[in-house]
Amino acid sequence: MTTTLPEDTGTSETLNEVVSGDLLRFATAGSVDDGKSTLIGRLLFDSKSIFADQLESVEQVSKDRGNDYADLSLLTDGLRAEREQGITIDVAYRYFATPKRKFIIADTPGHTQYTRNMVTGASTADVALILVDARKGVVEQSRRHTFLATLLGVPHVVVCVNKMDLVDYDEQVFEQIRAEFTEFASRLRVPDLTFIPVSALVGDNVVTRSEKMPWFDGSPLLSHLERLHVASDRNLVDVRFPVQYVIRPQQTDARDYRGYAGTVASGVMKPGDRVLALPAGLETTIESIDTADGPVAEAYPPMSVTVRLADEIDISRGDMICRPNNAPTVTQDVDAQICWMDESASLVQGKKYAIKHTTRWARAMVKTISYRVDVNTLHRDEEATEIKLNEIARIKMRVTKPLFVDSYQANRQTGAFILVDEATNKTVAAGMIGGPAHQY
Amino acid sequence: MKSHVLSQLRSLEAESIHIMREVVAEMERPCLLFSGGKDSIVMLHLAVKAFAPARVPFPIMHVDTGLNFQTVLDCRDRWVERTGVQLVVASVQEGIDRGLVQEEPNGSRNRIQTPVLLEAVEKHGFDALFGGGRRDEEKARAKERVFSFRDDFGQWDPKNQRPEIWSLYNGRVHQGESIRVFPLSNWTELDIWAYLEAEEIDLPDLYLAKEREVVERGGMLFEVNGFTPLKEGETAEVRSTRYRTVGDANLTACVESAATTLHGVVEEVAAVRLTERGATRGDDKVSEAAMEDRKKEGYF
Repeated sequence: MTTTLPEDTGTSETLNEVVSGDLLRFATAGSVDDGKSTLIGRLLFDSKSIFADQLESVEQVSKDRGNDYADLSLLTDGLRAEREQGITIDVAYRYFATPKRKFIIADTPGHTQYTRNMVTGASTADVALILVDARKGVVEQSRRHTFLATLLGVPHVVVCVNKMDLVDYDEQVFEQIRAEFTEFASRLRVPDLTFIPVSALVGDNVVTRSEKMPWFDGSPLLSHLERLHVASDRNLVDVRFPVQYVIRPQQTDARDYRGYAGTVASGVMKPGDRVLALPAGLETTIESIDTADGPVAEAYPPMSVTVRLADEIDISRGDMICRPNNAPTVTQDVDAQICWMDESASLVQGKKYAIKHTTRWARAMVKTISYRVDVNTLHRDEEATEIKLNEIARIKMRVTKPLFVDSYQANRQTGAFILVDEATNKTVAAGMIGGPAHQY
Repeated sequence: MKSHVLSQLRSLEAESIHIMREVVAEMERPCLLFSGGKDSIVMLHLAVKAFAPARVPFPIMHVDTGLNFQTVLDCRDRWVERTGVQLVVASVQEGIDRGLVQEEPNGSRNRIQTPVLLEAVEKHGFDALFGGGRRDEEKARAKERVFSFRDDFGQWDPKNQRPEIWSLYNGRVHQGESIRVFPLSNWTELDIWAYLEAEEIDLPDLYLAKEREVVERGGMLFEVNGFTPLKEGETAEVRSTRYRTVGDANLTACVESAATTLHGVVEEVAAVRLTERGATRGDDKVSEAAMEDRKKEGYF
């Protein structure tokens, strides 16, 4: 065992920073054996986020299996079936914090049949971390994962070229992969693309800069993630407040209270702002933005607040509060890309599903399957008549009630929906309205 | 210019409130499982915040193992009194007396509380149960959804979980089926403590350090009391200790600590090297897959 326990650095000064830092969510993706779990184990270990008993258990199991070093992938391969098969079969969430940020990792499996998990993990991610094995270069899965990350609107993509120790830390290998990947990614919409040569097993360029790759002048992975500017990724322009729940206390002490509870999807709201309530189409003014700790001067995503309005308007769950001169599209016709997630039934033309968009449920009928996208070649198949598990397609639907939508590209909250099978109640699809329209 | 960035604690708080409102808006009969431990107290605190100025619009249920620390019961009753929330008690002792469950040889009532819980859920018709589980606690929990679907036997199938995309939760269930909801999924132990301190939340005093008469068993410190009396040949000693989790009073160990304030606890937690379950819960140590097995049976 070469692994040693990390040293304590828990001083009170860093602690205050830890708790007041912001939150960064990232999704990891990679092939079965390209070292993703090891990389996460390394991040947790080197950032001192794993604990003595967890490490002890990993060391014991590694020793039992006759390994030479502590297998850090055991830290993340949670379920028994995974440990037996040595693969990750579902999205697992991991947490670690540094003095700058708290990180939530959605660790998703890489193999073909689990595209839906990658979509799940990427849906809320600020950053997608894509692993490429330095010996194998850009493979089908690298392309698929990058495509899915851009489909889900992940604003930052970090490509870790892993196992650099096995190619003698050769700059040429790294540069070749970078060139090939950049060429591929230019056909997608990747706002921010970064490449880092690493060895997760040994720890090169994960937390500390590698001395074996002096030719690399970028940051190690962790400092890159710590410094990544994500605040400007959020939409602070278009006010969208889907009403989640109406608070009307049936109590003598607050009888006249009527507040609209919800999470700010986008934009910044202030008391005094003129607002438009949909679908009523009536204008009024924000009287107050309440929280249990008292009223606030402004509300922005992802705050959960309760809005009181100056006029009595009939508003209920599923309605939307926005600005009069900046409203979402009110429509019953939805054109969207979807990822199909159900293994037991396919999506077919003419079938009806329940749809959930923000806080609004309705029923939707699939009118047209416009095309299916081959996630490996990005080829469009316009002859497709059914969409199976893990397939991506563009479809047109008619919805029973108006939805208040923006394009997914403009707004990840009001551009997203799920489809639910009305017989099984299973979530069967993730949908992205109006795009993104890639150049392919 | 204002940054419009929420701190991590406020982001977590907002997410939890969103989840609770979503459940109340969509489910018929939710209920919050309240053990009296710090995580369930944080949940109740968040529920109060989510629906203010209205009262919490669902009952809380205490699965009473009969092995309670008195200070935990006192704290529970203070919360009920202060918030006006409705309390449902499901008694394990009563379940034993009726023959629903049998006492386990090691004296742990952790496993046998599951049938008692499931019976109460059925009796009251609860279709959504809030649990205080966090994904950082244990490997099996790391994969659990926020809305975790259970069949009509209350069982969890890790291979058949609903995809959870964005924050578009799907709580639709058939008659007899239910969901467990984990609003604290994304919180870590440190987040919980930091939040308890920031919000000055009322907790049972056993979470704070004081001089306790303890005995060491298998590397764990047990307080000498009616639940864990001194065995023959053991000697007790007085040490400054606190509890990190609250389980059955006969199985929960305390840790050595000088933290007499919440701030002190936060500092200690930030520096600690043992996960809380591994350190003080005898019942999780049995096998590496212990938690996974219990969850499949319907345990939280």
